[in-house]
Amino acid sequence: MSIAVSTKVNGDPCEFLCQTSDSLLDALRDKLNLTGSKEGCGSGDCGACTVMLDGKMVCSCLVLAAEAEGKTITTIEGVADGSELHPVQRHFLELGALQCGFCTPGFIVAAKALLDVNPDPTESEIRFWLAGNLCRCTGYDKIVRAVSAAAAEMRQARSAA
Amino acid sequence: MNAPESTKTFKLVGTRPVRPDGIDKVTGRAIYGPDFVASGMLHGAILRSPHAHARIVGIDTSKAASLPGVKAVITGADFPEQKIGEVAGGEVSSSLTDVARNCMAHGKVLYVGHAVAAVAATSLEVAQAALALIVVEYDVLPHVITIAEALAADAPLLHEGMITKGLDGATKPSNLSAGFTLARGDAAAAMVDAEVVVSSRFTTSLVHQGYLEPHACVATWNADGQAQMWCSSQGHYEMRGFTAGILQMPVSDLRVYPLEIGGGFGGKTTVYLEPVTMLLSKQSGRPVRLAMNRQEVFTATNPAAASHIDITLGARADGTFVAMQMEFWNQSGAFAGNTIYSSAATAMGAYRVADAHVQGWDVVTNTPKCGSYRAPGAPPIAMALEGAIDELALKLGMDAIDLRIKNAVRPGDPGPMGIPHGKIGYVECLEAAKAHPHWTAPLGPNQGRGVAGAFWGNYGGPSTASVALGADGTVMVTTGSPDIGGSRASMAIMAAETLGVAYDTVRVAIADTGSLGYSMLTGGSRVTFATGKAVIGACRKVIDTLLERATVLLGAEPGTVTWADGVAHGPNGASLSIGAIAGKFHQFSGPVSAEESVNPADFLPGFAVHICDTEIDPETGHVSVTRYTAIQDVGTAIHPDYVEGQMQGGAAQGIGWALNEAYVFDAQGRMDNSGFLDYRMPVCSDLPMIDTVMIEVPNPGHPYGVKGVGEPPIVPPLGAVANAVSNAIGVRMRDLPLSPERIWSALMAKP
Repeated sequence: MSIAVSTKVNGDPCEFLCQTSDSLLDALRDKLNLTGSKEGCGSGDCGACTVMLDGKMVCSCLVLAAEAEGKTITTIEGVADGSELHPVQRHFLELGALQCGFCTPGFIVAAKALLDVNPDPTESEIRFWLAGNLCRCTGYDKIVRAVSAAAAEMRQARSAA
Repeated sequence: MNAPESTKTFKLVGTRPVRPDGIDKVTGRAIYGPDFVASGMLHGAILRSPHAHARIVGIDTSKAASLPGVKAVITGADFPEQKIGEVAGGEVSSSLTDVARNCMAHGKVLYVGHAVAAVAATSLEVAQAALALIVVEYDVLPHVITIAEALAADAPLLHEGMITKGLDGATKPSNLSAGFTLARGDAAAAMVDAEVVVSSRFTTSLVHQGYLEPHACVATWNADGQAQMWCSSQGHYEMRGFTAGILQMPVSDLRVYPLEIGGGFGGKTTVYLEPVTMLLSKQSGRPVRLAMNRQEVFTATNPAAASHIDITLGARADGTFVAMQMEFWNQSGAFAGNTIYSSAATAMGAYRVADAHVQGWDVVTNTPKCGSYRAPGAPPIAMALEGAIDELALKLGMDAIDLRIKNAVRPGDPGPMGIPHGKIGYVECLEAAKAHPHWTAPLGPNQGRGVAGAFWGNYGGPSTASVALGADGTVMVTTGSPDIGGSRASMAIMAAETLGVAYDTVRVAIADTGSLGYSMLTGGSRVTFATGKAVIGACRKVIDTLLERATVLLGAEPGTVTWADGVAHGPNGASLSIGAIAGKFHQFSGPVSAEESVNPADFLPGFAVHICDTEIDPETGHVSVTRYTAIQDVGTAIHPDYVEGQMQGGAAQGIGWALNEAYVFDAQGRMDNSGFLDYRMPVCSDLPMIDTVMIEVPNPGHPYGVKGVGEPPIVPPLGAVANAVSNAIGVRMRDLPLSPERIWSALMAKP
């Protein structure tokens, strides 16, 4: 049976039909062609499908598509402001915090979520917040540095404003 | 220490610009294997064996085929009969028959997860429902999971006709697929004269590469025989070669489009889904997608071999190594493996030992076929060697690094095959380790420090590249090397450095197999070295053309125009920019472009030294890595961010291999931990910052001094972590993974 779902995705109203068994990740990727969210495991262990659902960080593979009814979703495709990259995205590039890039969308959504609630995280806070996101390429060192640098820049911008 | 020996100064080599493919990868726009969609595409699914070892008595697909929406059903019988033959694939050759039978069983299933049938249907749900309707009758056979079980006298045989290759006089079939001996001098005789001898057995378990992107493939095979595949792999030319070989079609009829690759580490160097997808497309007449889930990745791709290693190392009282004897067994899974050669080379690469005898054995078991994993075959051997050296240092009362420096290979010393080492930097790495503040930093309670070195042979191999200029003088570089960790950036840097132009005027594309000649896969730490040489060579040809044309345009005498900083300089201060020349192509024989094919053999091995601090929780046996330093001879770092990234990533993978990772099988031979929750790879909170020290001893065989950097960093960490844990608890630990249970048991058994 198909279910009609009305949501807001990356700021725009959005409707789709899904099966009762579809995950939100399935709907994003297969119905809405938002393939930036990745399926690394399908069991909530790798974080490559991380999105924001009504402001809460979730693994979209663990949310049913039907549960998104009436909710607001932000995916990696909605992190940049048009062509203006978010500071987390820019520092990932400037500090070489990605190699293959497959886990990167999940890390960026998760890191942005951290900085939204904690503008000045310690190294340890960054590491534990991102512990639900697997990266097999980088050893996490440059990811931690990029998040820390983005936080510093955002703090500076805020205090200058 | 970090300055290049070369007095050449570079403008761009050694800088850290943003990678050309960066924005696509931080915004979710890059298209990876599972992201590709073809018009009218069907969805495929694979039925996999529930048995570790069984004869297939019969397969009834009739009910599945008649389910509405099902468009194709295939089994092993749909594969062409394979002519026995070895094909070049990845870092080593493979038997095409084995590759085909690993894609789909025929006659027998050899491990739980082995494919037995596949379906293509209008939706994934229908395809999965059809799988449930396929009836397979199995005659279940006894199975072997471990090396010891496989080698038991009465062990069931995986391959009834398997006679050990490389063993003189072998006539009786067994699970021992091959033997390989590497020796110099007379190790047994020399061992008698050793004043200090250590002798131990080390073991490692099956581990997976753990790339985040599961395998996926879309294929169309048209009625005229022409086919296309879209997949992510470390080498789309290898995907073409294997698939066309198995399906016995002309290579030119199969065009493979490389998608962005989400990690490989050796695991995406061969085919699993591709020939199956092709056959489903042929039968249905439609494009078909097959994609694996994580459980399939664990149970049906190629993990790295488990190893048992017996080592005896003898030295004089002053620490000079005099003899080494090593015998090891690599578990290659369901089909004969190919890691024993590089394992043996690893044993002989790093230290001066006049008399050495290394004997390797390849063992088949009812587990997924093992294959390449970053420096294939090297890390377990290095762990045994570096563990034995630490045991020797303890007996001799010598500093662990001093003992290594005393015996480390220098330029001119014989390499594993007896060929003298070129400009290698192992001693420089060891000296840097000794001088690093980490080595002498104080340790807290329950903490221990370990060090380990590494040799890895690296590789060259064939590559093709083309360079074309736009009419405005901007530069398009095309290679056949999938970019798995920033190689577009290193290619752009080398091209811009050679041409003397700005980095961001160079753009790098990765060609499909129909658009550029062959390049060997991204593996063997070869791309920046070999594909880089092809790019530099093509750029030099372009400069030659630009100089010829500038000579005409300036009305100068031949030989009086020179190239510098992207500009042709003629007599009397006359000059022409790259754009001014390139834009005038209508006046000449055509647009400015050049292609270069290379197959360089002047690559050099990589050496690395890692220092690791661990802290043990005596209550639970849990290990924390508290500090880590990776030191490596990198030749010349073209883009240092991505060199450091390789060093840090290799260290992290090795730490996982040492502490947490292992395939766990139940009594039926089923993998018990085929998900990321139970197959525990290091997460961000498990690791400290990973300090890197790049030692630059340039390779004279490369215009900018490049040595392979991707694989060496996974070779030392197993030994570095095991040595650190052993030093922390005062008990020599020789079996990986160093699980809390093992460490707690060792602590309890301490006198």
